[in-house]
Amino acid sequence: MRRRRTIRIAAALLILSCAGSVFLLRLVDRLRENATLEETIYISSPRLLKHLSLGYEGLLADVYWTRAVQYFGEQHHNDSGEYKLLWPLLNITTQLDPHLVPAYEFGAAFLASRPPLGAGLPEQAIELVEYGIRNNPDDWHLYYDLGFVYYDLKDYAKASDAFERGSHVPNAHPFLRIMAAQTAQHGGETRTAQMLWTSVYETTHDPQIRDNAKSHLVSLTADLQCEELEQIVAAYRQRTGRNPSSFADLVRAGMLRGIPVDPTGTQYRLDDDGHVFVSQPADFPYSEKALPSGYVPRRR
Amino acid sequence: MSSRIFHIAANTFREAVRDRVLYNLIAFALLLTGAAILVGQISIQIERLVVINLGLTAVALFGVVIAIFIGIGLVSKEIEKRTLYTVLSRPVARWEFIAGKFVGLSGTLVVNASCMAVGVFAALLYVSRQLHGSDAWVLVAIYFIVLQFLITTALALFFSSFSSPLLSAVFTFCLFIAGSFAEDLRGFVGLSHGLQHWMAVIAVYAIPNFSALNIINPVAHGNGVSGQLVFWNTAYALVYIVAVLSGAIVIFEYRNLK
Repeated sequence: MRRRRTIRIAAALLILSCAGSVFLLRLVDRLRENATLEETIYISSPRLLKHLSLGYEGLLADVYWTRAVQYFGEQHHNDSGEYKLLWPLLNITTQLDPHLVPAYEFGAAFLASRPPLGAGLPEQAIELVEYGIRNNPDDWHLYYDLGFVYYDLKDYAKASDAFERGSHVPNAHPFLRIMAAQTAQHGGETRTAQMLWTSVYETTHDPQIRDNAKSHLVSLTADLQCEELEQIVAAYRQRTGRNPSSFADLVRAGMLRGIPVDPTGTQYRLDDDGHVFVSQPADFPYSEKALPSGYVPRRR
Repeated sequence: MSSRIFHIAANTFREAVRDRVLYNLIAFALLLTGAAILVGQISIQIERLVVINLGLTAVALFGVVIAIFIGIGLVSKEIEKRTLYTVLSRPVARWEFIAGKFVGLSGTLVVNASCMAVGVFAALLYVSRQLHGSDAWVLVAIYFIVLQFLITTALALFFSSFSSPLLSAVFTFCLFIAGSFAEDLRGFVGLSHGLQHWMAVIAVYAIPNFSALNIINPVAHGNGVSGQLVFWNTAYALVYIVAVLSGAIVIFEYRNLK
């Protein structure tokens, strides 16, 4: 009887203290915001980490890669625009396991993308992918990624060269050869960029890469549409000797069928100088021609 | 002779099972299940790699811990409980006792590793939806891990034949760590001169080369292993085990058990 009572009291205490500890930990967590992903790398030397892993460096590389993904996601989610740990984390990951191809592919995208979407460190993205190519020379995806980083930097000669090198790798996708030629001849053209991003959108199985490609394609489509609309504005100016005050003038003149809308369905805008731009520039992070004059991407 | 070794081995296996050694399989299953489900959500494109890397690392570390902590007690526990005298009063030679203990614990570790291997393949099947031809190399990696267990068991038994359980654990664990750095020691041989060089050479050959038996990373990337490496690693492990067990038998034969 007495034993049963003791067991009951102990069981009740167990449940209460478990619930209490969860409650208290949540309170402590609220006081220490962002404490789970501390901006610290306790051991920054990949060589030392490799030794400490006792030969199980593959697992440690997976842990560091997951940490890099989590860190990027966290910073991206918070729109902090600061990615100071991204390069060290990717460097450690790839030094621990030089054959971890996803770390080069996604890492390069994280590093090269312009802020606030990424770290805006294209030089380090190139260094990362070049290291990946040295260790995995037969993986054509890495040449493809390198070409894209150069393409974003508008270094079309190097982008073409990277695609060309990739096209010689056994089992490389045939479009690398086309991309090499297209980039070399028509590097800066929006149509070329559209072709490159369409190839990414159609070939990837990864939802994040697909979203990124879609975002590029939407921006490029807006760029192309703005270019075409500005040509119509120029034609109107030539005909009337002045800029249209709104798209309604162009519709009345029979030069447009209706008020034009961007790929998200929002109406385009027109300024006094005849420049056509999107209403919500934040929805077109990769646009170069469809942004309002003097627009600076905001860090939320 | 063989039946006596078999009986001691069977008893050692039974004792390990009775000591709930195989309960580690539950922790292993939870670990792999958690990793298989969680990694896809918190990381990118490394689900298969994590299952192989985490699975095989866990197989190796769980097994080494069991080999050390059960191995160090194989002789000392029998002396402490005075059951050794009962065994040796029968027509059982001391070397048969050592061999039986080794086979018994090795059998436990093989059964444990086999169950874990099934778990690794089940997790692989879960994350990839199908098994690939290159996944067969995982079996070779597990075979090498088993060879590591056998060497560790032999070392634990060797130290246990003349030392206390605590010291045996420390010695065996230190040798496991040193053996994992075998490649670095080899590099040190090339850099050192004079007495240091010769001491390093002795250390390289005396310390078990666990790093040659660790092929987890290449296997995780689907790279194969040459038949020659399998053959020579097997031969090396067997010769090393025979050497260590012989040492244990010599010491145990001379040990005054009164």
